[in-house]
Amino acid sequence: MTSNFTSRAAVALVLLLLLGTAFWSLTTGYSADAALNRTAEYYAVNTPAETGAQNVVTAIIVTYRGLDTLGEVTVLFLTAAIVALVLGQSKAPRGASGSGFLPSGELLQTGTKMLLPLILMFGAYIFVNGHLTPGGGFQGGAVLASGMLLLLLADPGKRFRKAVIHRVESLSGLFYVLIGLAGMAWAGGFLDNRILPLGQFGQILSAGAIPLIYTLIGLKVGAEFSSILESLEETEDA
Amino acid sequence: MLPQIAMATGFVLILMGLYGALTHRNILRMIVGFTIADTGVNVVLVSVGYLPGRTAPILDSAVPVADAATRIIDPVPQALVLTAIVIGLGVTALMLAYAYRLFRARHSLDISNFTELKW
Repeated sequence: MTSNFTSRAAVALVLLLLLGTAFWSLTTGYSADAALNRTAEYYAVNTPAETGAQNVVTAIIVTYRGLDTLGEVTVLFLTAAIVALVLGQSKAPRGASGSGFLPSGELLQTGTKMLLPLILMFGAYIFVNGHLTPGGGFQGGAVLASGMLLLLLADPGKRFRKAVIHRVESLSGLFYVLIGLAGMAWAGGFLDNRILPLGQFGQILSAGAIPLIYTLIGLKVGAEFSSILESLEETEDA
Repeated sequence: MLPQIAMATGFVLILMGLYGALTHRNILRMIVGFTIADTGVNVVLVSVGYLPGRTAPILDSAVPVADAATRIIDPVPQALVLTAIVIGLGVTALMLAYAYRLFRARHSLDISNFTELKW
């Protein structure tokens, strides 16, 4: 068995050595560009006038490449659905899951009560300010879901109202697509953010529909992550 | 020099992750290996967008709008990496769900016990 294992490790090492050689030549031969390439320069120059967003990355994700982001959110939804499908076959009977654990300590329970509102508020802050500061819908949604994880850790037997999570998720997805279609009707194209006035550059209510879209993305991502966490929690061994 | 260091860190993470995924027999350890390799890919991608002496692509008081094109780094790899992180999370969640199903089927997480697809 040991010789079998070492030969396997040796094969892996040889493969990785070859790969490492390729990586080494890539690293040593790399020199950073002196100027932006044409795509990046277009985004850098035209983002303030065309989208009104301070954060160029947000402008690319929500407006210039908004359709890709819609696809990305769809991939996430698909993941949540498949996880629920795969784990649904081994779901614990009602009330049985989480009962095998010792109760979580007083510190964790009290800390959760104190921290949960702050965590949820921080998540909302991150996705509302996505067009001004680093952050946005995906990051804020992940922070929201981390609050849900804290809730599950404090009380492993706790169950969220599943209908609420699914309602939030499907409604935010629906409004996301509707905003995109409104962009086709009243502005330059699908998911164009200029259906709302661009406002004053750098203000929180600016950049057209970007804060609205990122809020919807944040809610959707938070709901999807929460439903993944819940599926993982509801299994028989949890 | 800075982009080379970041890039080498990313490549080392990729190699470490792949080594772990190839040599370990426990499915959970393989999943950890894959996530480390995933992080390495993201680090490499971000380092490609770095330009010496420039700042983050956020046009606040530090970067006047007029000379944005000469002051900020490439925002496109950062947008790509944001996508890659989210997709990586989805892949990890799926791997964990399948690992759980495999555990329920055999009461074992050792990949040596799953030989149906081996040739």
